[in-house]
Amino acid sequence: MRYLLIEDNLKLAGAVVERLQLDGHAVDHADRLDAATACMDVADYDLILLDIMLPDGDGRDFLQRQRRAEKRTPVIVITARSAVSDRISLLDLGADDYITKPFDFAELEARCRAVLRRQGGAADNQKTFEGTILNLTTGELQFGDSSTNLRNRELRLLEVFFAAPGQVFSKSHLIDRMFSFSDEASENAIEVYVARLRKRLEGSGARIETVRGLGYRMIAA
Amino acid sequence: MRQPTSIRKRLFYQLAAVAAVLSLAFVLVVRGVASQAAEGTQDDILAASATAIADSLSSEQGEVTLELPYSALSMLGTINEDRVFYRVTVNNETLTGYADLPVTNAPTRLDTPAFSTEIYRGDEVRLTSILRRVSNSATGSKVVVTVAQTRSGLAAITQRITVTATGVGLLFFLLATTLSLLAATSALRPLSRMTGAVTRRGPSDLRPVTEDTPAELAPLVGALNSFMARLRSSLTRTEDLITEAAHRVRTPLATVRTQAEVTHRKLNKPEHKQAIRDMIRAIDESSRSAGQILDHAMVTFRADSLALDPLDLAALITETCDRLAPTADLKDIALLRKLPDGPVPFKGDGIMLQAALHNILDNAIKYSPEDSDITVRIEVNSALHLSITDQGRGFGDMDFESLTTRYARGANVGDVVGSGLGLTIADEVARAHGGRLELSHNKEGQGACVSLILPYV
Repeated sequence: MRYLLIEDNLKLAGAVVERLQLDGHAVDHADRLDAATACMDVADYDLILLDIMLPDGDGRDFLQRQRRAEKRTPVIVITARSAVSDRISLLDLGADDYITKPFDFAELEARCRAVLRRQGGAADNQKTFEGTILNLTTGELQFGDSSTNLRNRELRLLEVFFAAPGQVFSKSHLIDRMFSFSDEASENAIEVYVARLRKRLEGSGARIETVRGLGYRMIAA
Repeated sequence: MRQPTSIRKRLFYQLAAVAAVLSLAFVLVVRGVASQAAEGTQDDILAASATAIADSLSSEQGEVTLELPYSALSMLGTINEDRVFYRVTVNNETLTGYADLPVTNAPTRLDTPAFSTEIYRGDEVRLTSILRRVSNSATGSKVVVTVAQTRSGLAAITQRITVTATGVGLLFFLLATTLSLLAATSALRPLSRMTGAVTRRGPSDLRPVTEDTPAELAPLVGALNSFMARLRSSLTRTEDLITEAAHRVRTPLATVRTQAEVTHRKLNKPEHKQAIRDMIRAIDESSRSAGQILDHAMVTFRADSLALDPLDLAALITETCDRLAPTADLKDIALLRKLPDGPVPFKGDGIMLQAALHNILDNAIKYSPEDSDITVRIEVNSALHLSITDQGRGFGDMDFESLTTRYARGANVGDVVGSGLGLTIADEVARAHGGRLELSHNKEGQGACVSLILPYV
């Protein structure tokens, strides 16, 4: 997915860009509103992450200008204000969602997915392996005539395998991708989810193989 | 410890003391005047009697004779049963009467009665003597007529008057005391009205007092109002400072947290990963606490001037659930909504209710196991029952009452990050709306059920 991050704090912006790139996203960064406008003129983004306090203006004005100009690119506001009243006014201004600093990237991703799902956009945000199609936004898994919707954790796990078919992933890497930092996850939990995915993938061209002592990988069935 | 002084009591005691002094003075004056008047009457009668006796004196062949007129003594007999004594002396020789009746107050001027009080035969007597010169032969004889009477009648009169006066005085005292009690109460009524107006307020209602106040209290009310204005501005400043501080801290925290996530991904050693994980949890904990503290402050602030806006609770629940759904989704938790068809109208403060709901749901998500359901229900009967049921670890054996106290956390929270303010916020929102928060166990299995019970206004 392609993100535009509008954030004036360079340290934070740098970290966010790096973090999103780790998940395989393309991220452009603008530290001012005029730079953001310039970016939007030359590229299409799936999602905009917008900070409110910017050196050349208020992020809320930018948001309103976007909405008046009928530009429908979803916007998730990154705010330092946690009060309910602040949040409500953001949604009224046309933000699709907001997230309070400091934020969990798993949650940010979940919110992005939810926003995109609501918009019905990013239908092409999907990956294919051996005739099996995984939609990363909706969590829809398609092969042959069958179509199922994965639950969040199943999707996050399968996403890892779809990003690099054939590559072996260790259990601890999979734990990192699947669980939040507040969850207490065990390696057994991974086995449970892998078992579920195997069931989901039954009859498809893909299967998940256990590599003894190393972890799991996805290969052609 | 010093007892606090009561203006009402002081006013009452002072008024009562004045009434007592006045009553006493009244009794004394009446008694004095009455006994003086009685004495005066006795003296007049005694003098008249003595004069009548003196008028009956005559001189026959150089001898002074007396035809004692009966009326002279009978006029004295009218008073009670007092005994009457008399003595007539001619040139200091007793002519008739009681020879031992003392004449200590021998008058020196003619026909002018002299009075005195003596003890005679064991009783107190009042004596009157008048001097007459009865002329016979060459020299006139000096005749002294003395009439005396005991004073028991007088004492009886004085006593009667004293009793009456004391009664009247006592009555006056009681009446004055009652009136002063009423006066003290009524004089202080504006003060207690004002006290009531201030006492009935919420703990942070700092609007100025606008009740009608008498001129004497105006400076006090003015001082109170200006004090409250200063307090309010200082509170607002503190609130702004807290909010501002919370905001300032959030951006660097976000930087640290993001960098930690990146680092976590790059590290391989489990102990290093665990260290970063702990760091991220600490950041999440502080962020969550800051959010709840601000929410709590907001709820307390808004509770004092509760806005009663017409709103749709079903829409509010849907919105809050939508908002939290991605968070729940991370743990594969489903937020089930069992709401009535159509809107659920309610009058209340939408922001507060959202804060309450958000905190309850946030709690429920936090304490729920993965792959579970959280059910939000509205049941409408005499009041609105908004309940959130989860399948988590429940409240265990915790005392429900204590869970809603500030910063109190359940005994079974284990490793879950929390500040203990979530249920307190919900409880305060419920109470601000005249309702209550009810904690119970999930009736359909394991878990907790938190209900907001909101009466219709």
